[in-house]
Amino acid sequence: MQRSKRAFFSAIPLASGLALLLVAAFTGCSSSNTSSSDGASRPKAVELLNVSYDPTRELYRDINVAFAKHYEEQHGTIVTVKQSHAASGSQSRAVIDGLDADVVTLATWPDVEAIAKSGLIRADWQKRYDNNSLPYHSVVVFVVRKGNPQKIADWPDLDHGNISIITPNPKTSGNGKYSFLAAWGAILAAGGSEADAERFVSAIYRRTPVLDTGARAATATFSQKGIGDVHLTFEQEAHLEVNESKGELEIVYPKRSIRVDPPVAVVDQNADRKASRHAAEAYLGFLYSPEGRAIIASHHLRPWGDTPPPPAAGETWPEIETFDIAFVAGDWNNAMKKFFGEGGVFDAIYQPQPDKQPAKQAGNQAKKQGGT
Amino acid sequence: MNMPTPARQTARRRSVLPGFGMSAAITTLMITAMVIVPLAVLGLRAASLGPTEFLAAAWTPRARAAYAVSLGASLTAAIASSVCGLLVAWVLVRINFPGRRLLDSLVDVPLALPTAVAGLVYSTLYVERGWLGRFLVPMGVQAAYSWLGIVLVLVFVSLPFTIRVVQPVLESLDRDTEEASRMLGASRRQTFLRVILPAIFPAVITGFALALARALGEYGAVVFISGNMPFKTEIAPVLIVSRLEEFAYAEATAIAVVLLAMSITLLVIVNGLQQRVARNAQ
Repeated sequence: MQRSKRAFFSAIPLASGLALLLVAAFTGCSSSNTSSSDGASRPKAVELLNVSYDPTRELYRDINVAFAKHYEEQHGTIVTVKQSHAASGSQSRAVIDGLDADVVTLATWPDVEAIAKSGLIRADWQKRYDNNSLPYHSVVVFVVRKGNPQKIADWPDLDHGNISIITPNPKTSGNGKYSFLAAWGAILAAGGSEADAERFVSAIYRRTPVLDTGARAATATFSQKGIGDVHLTFEQEAHLEVNESKGELEIVYPKRSIRVDPPVAVVDQNADRKASRHAAEAYLGFLYSPEGRAIIASHHLRPWGDTPPPPAAGETWPEIETFDIAFVAGDWNNAMKKFFGEGGVFDAIYQPQPDKQPAKQAGNQAKKQGGT
Repeated sequence: MNMPTPARQTARRRSVLPGFGMSAAITTLMITAMVIVPLAVLGLRAASLGPTEFLAAAWTPRARAAYAVSLGASLTAAIASSVCGLLVAWVLVRINFPGRRLLDSLVDVPLALPTAVAGLVYSTLYVERGWLGRFLVPMGVQAAYSWLGIVLVLVFVSLPFTIRVVQPVLESLDRDTEEASRMLGASRRQTFLRVILPAIFPAVITGFALALARALGEYGAVVFISGNMPFKTEIAPVLIVSRLEEFAYAEATAIAVVLLAMSITLLVIVNGLQQRVARNAQ
């Protein structure tokens, strides 16, 4: 015992030396990286990392090619844009934790705002591009089975008979949050009260047999596994889903729905450190250019601005009345707290029934009881 | 560096294991970097909450229901996996049949397959329209989006551990002792219970512990088949992800700490059990 202990301690300097070497290797790597890109004021080649969310994979593949061509023509610099896609919230956390994004194009405002709060993005990020840095929007629509057997035309039709609904968990999915807010806002916009909205939304989730954690999982549940009569999702996702179903599914546009507003921002600290600001700003600006807008429209996202280009020649954007997050909840912070936070409206829907208080109170009550 | 001191020379000369000092240092470094530091950060993050906040985050009725689902399904799966694993290992070791080698290599597939794929495939099979579901659902067996489904995927992801741990022990088992037992008049049942089982039981328990640990932490496979209904089929890791979505890191870690404490407790119990069995066997 004694002997092995001594041998062990004598090896500690060696181990710490090893550790130091590792650290030195890492820092050496990163410093050589920055010096190479810092060198010239106008670099010959720039690499951008666009950290985005799941449904924009195809869109940005096209945008990146068009933008690289455009930027090289304008400035003589070759840009390669790399993309990263995952659930929006986890992408936001990855950037906060050090993923080297030059730009973020995420699903919801809180995801970008969280990065701004960490200091990586300047607080005025919304002011820096037109329309509060929202270059395109979408709407929440219904996907139904061929022939629309349940005759679903608008929101009130969802709470009828034995209709079952597929939508992801709003606590883990941006798509799920928007569907929840769309249902809530649709009742308010039709003249209903907050209480009506809560009753309706509760009814919707009682009809939801599966709470998938992400949008694409919910799509698989509906289209591949054949569960549910209607799937609530973004317009551009609905088009993908319907195209892949080979005639088994169709889209229904409700009378009103929520405006889905995915924001974009340059990650200031990363762009300055990597000397990629010029290209990064041009990249997001490209989303507002005629060429960029046409590409956006071709992916069934609605470009911002007057007379948006159609999704394809000869097609038009289906009419739909929209309301935004401000109408439903004032702002995102409010929405997060009121609806999706711990003990919020969504949690209250799933509180076990025997509670004496009405559903909403029960949620708050549970939180208080837990706190004492 | 220092010149070798006399003490070290004696240590080196007398140590039975060659290179013990070096390997011990590397082991310590690795374990510190890979296990202890991350766990310490986990603990620190959770500790940023006061005791009441910690309880409010990690001990709500919903969280308790989620722990129950996680623990119950993992324990059931680990038991099922141990039994199935023992059977499969026995067949692979003792019975020679065509395709045995192929079957043997298939055992490792669940380790290589992304678990999310396993979850998707299982749920697609067992839904009402699925290949298996169309027979099972009319019989009243709801495997997709149910507790049963969670157990099924957990058995799938943990089976390689239970098989691979028992297999080498079965291989090294001396067949002579079994023959001797039979010759001395023991029944097949007695031979199994008194001769074979004591020899392999420690390995079975190890496999059980590995399977349990694997099952408790599984997220990817489970979320696709459980349906994630609060209070019914929601596992604790889903709650962690929900809290992360709110950027409530400390609350998320609180749930993780409780889950970790539970699994460590279980593993300690299992380890104790194994030591007792090993002592009794001697």
